[in-house]
Amino acid sequence: MAAGKSPEVLFWVGCSGSFDDRAKKITKAFVKILNKAGVEFAVLGTEESCTGDPAKRAGNEFLFQMQAMTNIEVMNAYEVKKVVTACPHCFNTLKNEYPSLGGDYDVVHHTQFLKSLLEDGRLTIEGGKFKGKRITFHDPCYLGRANNVYEAPRDLIKKLDAELVEMKNCRKKGLCCGAGGAQMFKEPEKGNKDINIERTEQALETRPDIVAAGCPFCNTMLTDGVKGKEKEEEIEVLDIAELIANADDL
Amino acid sequence: MNLIPQILFVLVLASGIGYFARNIKKLIRNIKLGKHIDRNDHPAERWKHMARIALGQQKMVVRPIAGFLHVIVYVGFIIINIEVLEIIIDGIFGTHRIFSFLGGFYDVLIGSFEILAFLVIVAVVIFWIRRNIMRLQRFIKPEMKGWPKNDANIILYFEVVLMLLFLTMNGSDLQLQHLGAEHYTQAGAFPVSQYLLPLFDGLSEGTLIVIERTAWWLHIVGILIFLNYLYFSKHLHILLAFPNTWYANLKPKGGFNNLEAVTKEEQLMMDPDADPFAAAEGDDAEGEPEKFGASDVTDLNQVQLLNAYTCTECGRCTSECPANQTGKKLSPRKIMMDTRDRLEEVGRNIDANNGTFKDDGKQLLDDYITREELWACTTCNACVEACPVSIDPLSIIMDMRRYLVMEQSAAPAELNNMMSNIENNAAPWPFNQMDRLNWKDE
Ligand code: SF4
Ligand code: SF4
Repeated sequence: MAAGKSPEVLFWVGCSGSFDDRAKKITKAFVKILNKAGVEFAVLGTEESCTGDPAKRAGNEFLFQMQAMTNIEVMNAYEVKKVVTACPHCFNTLKNEYPSLGGDYDVVHHTQFLKSLLEDGRLTIEGGKFKGKRITFHDPCYLGRANNVYEAPRDLIKKLDAELVEMKNCRKKGLCCGAGGAQMFKEPEKGNKDINIERTEQALETRPDIVAAGCPFCNTMLTDGVKGKEKEEEIEVLDIAELIANADDL
Repeated sequence: MNLIPQILFVLVLASGIGYFARNIKKLIRNIKLGKHIDRNDHPAERWKHMARIALGQQKMVVRPIAGFLHVIVYVGFIIINIEVLEIIIDGIFGTHRIFSFLGGFYDVLIGSFEILAFLVIVAVVIFWIRRNIMRLQRFIKPEMKGWPKNDANIILYFEVVLMLLFLTMNGSDLQLQHLGAEHYTQAGAFPVSQYLLPLFDGLSEGTLIVIERTAWWLHIVGILIFLNYLYFSKHLHILLAFPNTWYANLKPKGGFNNLEAVTKEEQLMMDPDADPFAAAEGDDAEGEPEKFGASDVTDLNQVQLLNAYTCTECGRCTSECPANQTGKKLSPRKIMMDTRDRLEEVGRNIDANNGTFKDDGKQLLDDYITREELWACTTCNACVEACPVSIDPLSIIMDMRRYLVMEQSAAPAELNNMMSNIENNAAPWPFNQMDRLNWKDE
């Protein structure tokens, strides 16, 4: 980015995508697709900071706005116009909470971006090894209910010639994975079950080969859930970007 | 001509409506205890939203059985109001079935009221069974004990009684018409109450008139009592659903508001030339520093307080809440009920102290809503999506978390860790910002 070029899109990697071992794989898969489609993109690298989402959801408006202003300063200096991110929390915050603080960008989730590449003929998707597999999609709260994006990820799954099976709670009624609202960073309150287990059970009811996710946090929660149910040998939890990259053996 | 019934009627009507107006005034005063919020943008969109959600009951039918039954009661309620209008005119002017000059159309009207009244009774009986015999999960949660449970049943009893009175009134009227009693013009079609006729068989004209008049009076007095019951009941939603949906948040649900007071303070901090005394600008008129977040109802905004009065206690929010489903204490319905209860308490306090609030050592936080509830929320918006009248329990949860964190530094320890990581290394985990791009070469 520092090179002074103005690429078509800024890929906002996010903290998970940068540091979490599982999420880094999603980052790499998405980058492979971008390269294959010939998208000129940039990352902020060490100049990227947490969007402030977890601080805001925890109630710390000070820290959130501090983070936001720092990031906005950097992005405005680079004259960023369009941002794509694989994290619905970053997506939501950048899209809805940055504008009134001076950061107005065209922000899309990576599933929306991939779909637009597909529509423009810059990307082709083949089922490859996922052909005919049963895939169920878990709606991330901050992509679905929070921003009404339900179809982009599903359209991509269908392109894989896979069988999309829906859980009993899907789309608007999708059940949270349990990570949102800064829950990712703390132990849950006392109850009789963990939320990710409840959601994993709903996913397992569809007898899937693959549980598809569109959020690094959901991915972690569901992966833990599937392990908790000792199903990790049979069922994979994969991000949509990974599905597409793996199908193509990128 | 005997004017006494007419005078009595006008008195009853005036006091019924007068009390109601007083309640509404109190309601508005209480809502105004909240902070002002600007929600008058996009009026066209707001009217549309109200038409779809409140008038069109769009969210109710997401659950088809309850939704269908509710639509019957709702349509019944609206249509039967035309009948009430006739009763009021008759009552004031001493006429009988004033609209009967409409002829065939009048028959259609009365006929459809009767069918609706019958369907309302059926729907209400099913509602009662769902609540008291089937005991559906969402109706028996802890916050539904006591008054909320009784309130729900009282409403159902009221509706059945009102409908039965209406049908009795019509049935005895029909019998009187058959007998050719004076004043009882031949008018109306009675598809339901005609089956009541055997009950009236052999009764004298005088007895029938007493029955008809009694049913007529009880019906209208019942309606007036019901009107005044609203303020104390979740049934207030039949009125407030309309303004509440109008003032709903129309922006994407994921975008939480940015606190302006915080923005101002941060801009000052970042601006080296700022005049430190200008900080007072962000404070309110009395010079008290602005409070961040909410610990009591008066810290909430007026739409949030309107939300609390509008809540129907249906529990759709709670039944979709992931925290509640997994046995946590949090119930978004309880958040709304607590807010209303506390607001009422503050209102009564003001009434008792000649218009000013006297500190009662209580607040919404801890005395009503516990921290354990607040921290269990995943901010997933399921409650907001589920609510049939566009209530936003999440925004109250967030404002209370803000108070806990920004005014009391009382976040759970793990969250404090997360936040100090963000402060120190710009990520919620203890990683070095310089390593952000390492994935590239791994
Ligand atoms: S936003 Fe919070 S209160 Fe509402 S359903 Fe989700 S977890 Fe429950
Ligand atoms: S907030 Fe809405 S969904 Fe929840 S109980 Fe009240 S009316 Fe029902």
